[in-house]
Amino acid sequence: MDLAGASSPTRREWIVFARRLARRRTALFGLVVVMVVIVSALGAPWLSAYDPVEQDITNRLRPPGALDAAGRAHLLGTDHLGRDILVRMIFGARPALMVGFAAVAISGVLGMGVGLISGYFGGRIDDVFMRLADIQLAFPFILLAIAVIGVLGPSLPVIIVVIGVSSWVVYARVVRGAVLSLREREFVQAAHALGSRDGRVLVRHILPNAFTPWLVVATLDMARVIVIESALSFLGLGVQPPTPTWGGMLADGRVYISTAWWLATFPGLAILVTVLGINLFGDGLRDTLDPRLKL
Amino acid sequence: MKIFLARRLAQSLLVLLGVSFIVFFILYLTGDPALVLLPPDSSEEDVQKFRQAMGFNDPFIVQYGRFLVGALHGNFGQSVRHGEPAFNLVVERMPATFELSGAALLVALCLAIPAGIVSAVRRNTVLDYISTVVALLGQSMPTFWLGIMLILVFSVQFNLLPSSGRGNLEHLILPAITLGLFTTARITRLTRSGMLEVLSQDYIRTARAKGVSGPPVVWKHALKNAAIPIVTIVGIELGTLLGGSVITETIFAWPGVGRLSVQAIYNRDYPVVQAAVFLLSSTFVLVNLVVDVLYTYLDPRIRLR
Repeated sequence: MDLAGASSPTRREWIVFARRLARRRTALFGLVVVMVVIVSALGAPWLSAYDPVEQDITNRLRPPGALDAAGRAHLLGTDHLGRDILVRMIFGARPALMVGFAAVAISGVLGMGVGLISGYFGGRIDDVFMRLADIQLAFPFILLAIAVIGVLGPSLPVIIVVIGVSSWVVYARVVRGAVLSLREREFVQAAHALGSRDGRVLVRHILPNAFTPWLVVATLDMARVIVIESALSFLGLGVQPPTPTWGGMLADGRVYISTAWWLATFPGLAILVTVLGINLFGDGLRDTLDPRLKL
Repeated sequence: MKIFLARRLAQSLLVLLGVSFIVFFILYLTGDPALVLLPPDSSEEDVQKFRQAMGFNDPFIVQYGRFLVGALHGNFGQSVRHGEPAFNLVVERMPATFELSGAALLVALCLAIPAGIVSAVRRNTVLDYISTVVALLGQSMPTFWLGIMLILVFSVQFNLLPSSGRGNLEHLILPAITLGLFTTARITRLTRSGMLEVLSQDYIRTARAKGVSGPPVVWKHALKNAAIPIVTIVGIELGTLLGGSVITETIFAWPGVGRLSVQAIYNRDYPVVQAAVFLLSSTFVLVNLVVDVLYTYLDPRIRLR
């Protein structure tokens, strides 16, 4: 017998959620911003009039809106190697989003697993996991990340794994909290009474109900991960040049701060707008799905 | 109370043990430390001798044990670059980092608590909207960008404040604002929601009904009860600040532990990295222990859990 329908949000309920979410204008605005960033990351090669890595020293440090020697416009100017800033910003969305989605997927799955097991079985296992969480939280995160990446060498997979593996705690705590209350609910008891094994109860009955708080955490965590990715590339420990990254562009621009303000300003705005969009959407998601969730 | 303290202390020690293991493991990941520490043209025989002398041939657990004993004595080995004990190098830089984190926390509390209260009391007014939007921007703004923009405006354009180094109060202003902004945003939002929740409680209505007027209700009755989550988050945010100091110190050339450790990573000076990570984490664990104990005075119910 399938009890899942009685317990977890059904498709109709999701539609209701979506409608309620759509009524929140700030959340909708956030979603639009995020969609624009995703689309430009995917379509970067077709959206860009210039090559993001090809250098053109004769046209270096042109201010925003200036025309280059060939009479072509650079909307946001060019950098110290004559590369178009706007184009590099569009391409810079790629590593940011890639790290964002992949790291959130890793930590989300890890945290979901830990939270389910910890909350459901309790006792020793729970103690062990929660102490591990304390240890994880005791590290100044960015310092740990740069130490490990500094040792292993910066590359996209290393960055993703380091951020992913060290960010599971929030997910685990939220899921665990949800499981603790779900465990005692009648539909779970009923599933047990009908002879369902632990694994089945966890996956079919508890997981779908712990999913909404998890989703909220994942959305808001994405914002944090994108900031970390750009912080790492700002420190030279992100995806390596010449691949454009927002943090890397900022680090380049910092050198020219007194003569060419646009180098550092625009990539930072790209991070700000993306992260703001995700936060707005995430806040809306939380208020719609799980208003009591404290994050 | 004694049981609570003992349990909490044991917990902190356990966490520190875990921290030490991970810190050790980071160095273990580097592969062969002999190849890092010795000049590249050393003969195979020299490398072997060095390994034997340094104990790199011992089993993992023996090496970890030795590291742990050393760490407890404040011995993390010599800095490869500076030729001084790594522990001393890090401890020398601690005051600068504490000064910056403390100033940032002060900025955050001074801005966030009033802003959060005003926001809650004057809900849905222009003041509330301004503070909410600023908090949202603060939460979304990358620290390093904010730091660079502040330098652009206050150091480059108007030449009002120094952009690097440590010295008098002037040097502290820009880094403290940069580091504190994220925490300010967090605490503002938390204060606002906490106050809103408390202000709708029955005892506030009772106080008002008894004739207690506006401001005293907010200060005496509401804020005290909204303070508990704020105290917790201050402990947690201190971790954010200590970690965030890595980037802020790099931008403003602030001579603290964060900048030291970033340079140590570039220089492959791993003893310094280990000492820095270990000491910063220990500080954070210690602060949270203190916060938890303070907490039981604020809210005695916690002791009973």
